[in-house]
Amino acid sequence: MLVYFLRRLLYVCPVALGVSIICFMLVHIAPGDPLTSVMAVDATAQEQAAMRAAYGLDKPLPTQYAIWLGKAVQGDLGKSIASGRPVADEVGRAVKNSLMLAFAASLLAFPIGTSLGFLAGYFRDSWVDRLVMSIAIAGVSLPNYWLGIVLVIIFSVTLGWLPAMGAGAGDWAWDLTHLSHLVLPAVTLAVVPIGIVARTMRALVGEIYSMDFVQALYAKGLEPLDVLRHVIRNVAPTGLSVMGIQLGYLLGGSILIETVFNWPGTGFLLSSAIFQRDLPLLQGTILVLALFFVVLNLAVDVAQAAIDPRIKRS
Amino acid sequence: MTSSPLLQIRDLNVRFHGERTVHAINGLNLSLGHGEMLGLLGESGSGKSVTLKTLLRLLPPKRTMIDGSIEVNGTDIMTLSGKRLSRYRGGDVSMVFQEPALALDPVYTVGEQIAETVMRHRGIGRREAMEVALDMLVKVRIPSPERRLKNYPHEMSGGMRQRAMIALALSCRPKLLLADEPTTALDATVQIQILLLLRELQKEFGMSIIFVTHDIGVAVEIADRVAVMYAGNIVEEGSIHDIIRDPRHPYTRGLLSANLHDVARGTRLEAIPGAPPALNIKPASCQFAPRCAHVMPACTSALPPFVSPGEGRRVACLLERGRELA
Ligand SMILES: Nc1ncnc2c1ncn2[C@@H]1O[C@H](COP(=O)(O)OP(=O)(O)OP(=O)(O)O)[C@@H](O)[C@H]1O
Ligand code: SF4
Ligand SMILES: [Mg+2]
Repeated sequence: MLVYFLRRLLYVCPVALGVSIICFMLVHIAPGDPLTSVMAVDATAQEQAAMRAAYGLDKPLPTQYAIWLGKAVQGDLGKSIASGRPVADEVGRAVKNSLMLAFAASLLAFPIGTSLGFLAGYFRDSWVDRLVMSIAIAGVSLPNYWLGIVLVIIFSVTLGWLPAMGAGAGDWAWDLTHLSHLVLPAVTLAVVPIGIVARTMRALVGEIYSMDFVQALYAKGLEPLDVLRHVIRNVAPTGLSVMGIQLGYLLGGSILIETVFNWPGTGFLLSSAIFQRDLPLLQGTILVLALFFVVLNLAVDVAQAAIDPRIKRS
Repeated sequence: MTSSPLLQIRDLNVRFHGERTVHAINGLNLSLGHGEMLGLLGESGSGKSVTLKTLLRLLPPKRTMIDGSIEVNGTDIMTLSGKRLSRYRGGDVSMVFQEPALALDPVYTVGEQIAETVMRHRGIGRREAMEVALDMLVKVRIPSPERRLKNYPHEMSGGMRQRAMIALALSCRPKLLLADEPTTALDATVQIQILLLLRELQKEFGMSIIFVTHDIGVAVEIADRVAVMYAGNIVEEGSIHDIIRDPRHPYTRGLLSANLHDVARGTRLEAIPGAPPALNIKPASCQFAPRCAHVMPACTSALPPFVSPGEGRRVACLLERGRELA
């Protein structure tokens, strides 16, 4: 198992390096001069060159990359052009917020989606199945930012039960005020993965139940609950990887939701970095998010190998 | 104890409802004694697997209409449900399937799967059950059984998996083993080994076996008695010796002439011209008539009754009546 893990880790290195190159190049491929937004409109050519040198933009690209990577490895992602604060701090805070939102949404979506999917798969082609699938399809196809706005109108504007914006005043704390800010964005964010997880689970459960060995399990005298245990263990590896991928989407795919709810996470940070042409910030955020995906994939692979004996571990 | 049979099937009918209705079993009668080895022979679709699955009540209850009675050791198994049904399955009667690769759960070790059955039926602890499992692997002669106990099915060869499946099926000492083409998916040499093993274990455990096969060669190898099925019913039954020496039903003769001149193993029973009937209506006449070279007008007007041409034999064919009169 350890060997398997180390080998997977080894595979990850070139991927991570590739990711970093792409992130670095992003800034140089993006149209426009990264400095326009910070430079005075009437800056002289000399001032421009000085600024360029200050940000290291005058050196050849490979050198710039080497310097950038060297610093990035030490946790120095440069300074945000717009705020002047270290990018690493900004990204760190945003990642923490996004993680919190993603986990809250997962905590809702995975158990609900899994239960719904199991119900539908177990009672395949019955009214339960049809009901669950209608819910799942609605969840996947409703535009979720629209749903977010509807929820805000109902629960914040009309009923006044829940806050609509931000993550609460001051630093995050595990108290009712701060947690109440988490509710609406988490619910909104959970809707799509509920649908996706439910559909996948239904297909998986249906597939396993139709396999010969299930009949063989009944033939040897197991009761329905024992058989269900076998089915769960068979579904688990694939189910887990689907949830891993969903968690990844939740982390990176919530730009719209974070914007709708003003949630100070990575999505929110990304959109403001884009609109302010804050390239170091953009670069740093994308790098961290991309590496997150890579690590998450690694974690899912390893977890899958740990619970699925059919995956070669040596 | 009297000589009451271990298994008694009376007038069994099985019908599937779905997009189309299938009359899979039509008025089947069969009895099996203690320690007897019966070969169940017939073309694809003749209802062999359905018969076995009905015996274990494995068919989907919603889509299946079953009537008739099945008694195992005096117990009416059609009325079993819940705990009593689970105790019966795998306890009194167990099953070995055609494809061991598909019939074992891929994510549990072979040892766990055997032990699970033992724990269920004998109410003993995990460690003890594992010892039974190990014992069983020794009995089915799997090499290095301690190691194999911890193997997953995919880590074993086909023959080894089938041995493990047999170990599982026999782990609770059933009185009746249902073997649904247990050697069809295996290589010829492995086939023989498995057959020999089954015969040996049958003697050792004193159980009865119903052995389903396409292959007359296999039936000759293993069975005391054979029953030939066609269109959901038995058309001829007798000792393997009698049937081979003197087959009566034209269908049985067709099967034998197609296969038996060199009792080749691995050949399938398909060489009779024509196709089996569709089974969409309940049979009211000889179902073999469209393919029979001896067909008479009476054959298509009523079901041919069973005639007994000798001790322990029966045949459902109108030709027998002519013989009797002659
Ligand atoms: N669950 C089911 N639903 C509907 N029809 C079924 C079902 N199981 C079997 N049948 C039908 O019942 C008939 C008998 O099938 P069965 O599987 O018993 O044949 P068999 O003799 O075992 O053939 P083979 O040698 O191919 O295994 C076939 O026509 C089959 O299509
Ligand atoms: S009853 Fe008639 S049709 Fe049927 S097998 Fe006998 S001779 Fe042939
Ligand atoms: Mg079959």
